[in-house]
Amino acid sequence: MSTPALAPALARRGPAALALRDSLTMLRRDVRHSLRFPMMTVSGMLVPILLMLLFAGVFGHALTSTLGAAGVPGVSYIDFLTPGILVLTAGFAAESTAVNVCTDMSEGIIMRFRTMAISRVSVLTGQVAGSMIRTMISAVAVVAVAVALGFRSSASPLEWIAAAGIFALLSLALTWLTVAFGLLAKTPAGANSLALLPAILPFVSSAFIPAGAMSGGVRWFATNEPFTPVIDTLRGLLTGAGIGDRAVLAVAWCAGMSLAGYLWARALYNRGPAARPAG
Amino acid sequence: MSEFPPPRPAVGGQPAVLATGLRKSFGDHVVLDGIDLNVAEGTIYALLGPNGCGKTTTVQILSTLLPADAGTVRVGGHDLGTEPDLVRAAIGVTGQFSAVDGLLTGQENLILMADLNHLDRAEGRRRAARLLEVFDLTEAAGKMAMTYSGGMRRRLDLAMTLAGDPRIIFLDEPTTGLDPRSRRTMWQIVRDLAARGVTIFLTTQYLEEADQLADRIAVLDHGHLVAEGTADELKRLVPGGHIELQFADADAMTRAAHLLGGASRDEEARTLEVPYDGSVRSLKALLDRLGDQAVPVAGLSVHTPDLDAVFLALTSHSPAESELAR
Repeated sequence: MSTPALAPALARRGPAALALRDSLTMLRRDVRHSLRFPMMTVSGMLVPILLMLLFAGVFGHALTSTLGAAGVPGVSYIDFLTPGILVLTAGFAAESTAVNVCTDMSEGIIMRFRTMAISRVSVLTGQVAGSMIRTMISAVAVVAVAVALGFRSSASPLEWIAAAGIFALLSLALTWLTVAFGLLAKTPAGANSLALLPAILPFVSSAFIPAGAMSGGVRWFATNEPFTPVIDTLRGLLTGAGIGDRAVLAVAWCAGMSLAGYLWARALYNRGPAARPAG
Repeated sequence: MSEFPPPRPAVGGQPAVLATGLRKSFGDHVVLDGIDLNVAEGTIYALLGPNGCGKTTTVQILSTLLPADAGTVRVGGHDLGTEPDLVRAAIGVTGQFSAVDGLLTGQENLILMADLNHLDRAEGRRRAARLLEVFDLTEAAGKMAMTYSGGMRRRLDLAMTLAGDPRIIFLDEPTTGLDPRSRRTMWQIVRDLAARGVTIFLTTQYLEEADQLADRIAVLDHGHLVAEGTADELKRLVPGGHIELQFADADAMTRAAHLLGGASRDEEARTLEVPYDGSVRSLKALLDRLGDQAVPVAGLSVHTPDLDAVFLALTSHSPAESELAR
């Protein structure tokens, strides 16, 4: 009787090492998918870049005076806008993650993964890691276009690293949440509409104009929604504006959303394949 | 082709699959109503049944995809409920729907499996190359699996299942939708695997497939196992074969009926149905008796009992049932 291949491997290495190895394998699979259809990644960064061109080019002049009225005078609009567009980039990237996950879950190979002695959550962590890499690439492209449009950062290398860290944390949070959306939705179209939320929410935040320039309920919402502290922190790090307690709030929101998204996604995945009548 | 039995591995004492009182319902719909299975190691076991009888559900439960509502199951000697990962390490599954990654090439799919089976890089690549060769996919190794034909995709699917060197393989309707040539290729692969001592549990709705491949066959209907045994044992469950004689005129038929006692006659169709045990000797005897008396016979057909008859008799559905009752 031949010993099953895995049993000694399980005994020799810890489950954590195996989970890491399986996650890396799944990440390779996800990266291969992206390389096969690079348009997916490119179109993901196109929307935020177009929005940046639109806001900076069309509304930029008018909004600069709004900035002055809202108590942020002397700031060029592109400098104000870029951190907001970065957050939007993470939101749109997360939207395509939901669609990707939902499409992938309908593939027969997921059933195969479920019958294999692998770390179960690795199927999801591979997707999350792949999505985060795509999001980071989009962010770099967005910053490059912003610089071309006149964005100038006052940030030190350390502040750039901190900004990248906050951005990665936001991306992690949004990706886990949208992975859960993708698992929850029955069709890719359904996943898309669920995941519109993280793409739309930044519009009602301090991304385009300061929350202070809004009125009433919208102002309250824009001040208190999770994207605003992240945008404010990025803005502070990149353009030297005051951050105050916003960074702590931003990290707390992102950590909370990451954990909630992870637990939710894992539970949805472990719920197993949709029970279908026998064939 | 499968006349000689495959070499059996030394019996380890444990059956490959042992299920007792397996039950599963989806809501009010009872799919499995207490089935027992005992699959000996190194054998081919076929679960036969009409569409929607619970074959796929059985495979999904045995392969850890679905939890059973009740019953105990041991696969490869491990309890399904308490040691699912040890079960998973022992099995390979090729489902009814293609479980390949369409966006990866055939080779990438196999290397993915090698990686997930925690083989080292060099060994994984070697195994992938060998499987591509065995399954006649070397030429298509660099093409995306989504461009493969149905037969190629099924072969890749099975190759991926084998990448982990499983002791027990579940095949859910492995040849459904394949052309006859691909079907025969698949059969040969299954036989070769069994010859190497791998246990195969397959489901099929094709009687011929079960007859050709399986050491033992279980017939599943409405959530119950209605019969279990070798193909020969099952064939004995239904009334034996018969010879149907066709006559040009009523007179000849009457004479023949007189000659061959115990024949049932159909006046309108001018046919006689004579019980027949399947031997050449009794066929010759029958023809000799008719020939001696010079009774003109217009046509003759031999009906041996086959699994079709067993299947139809055992898997009761109301219209067919009344047909068979006559």
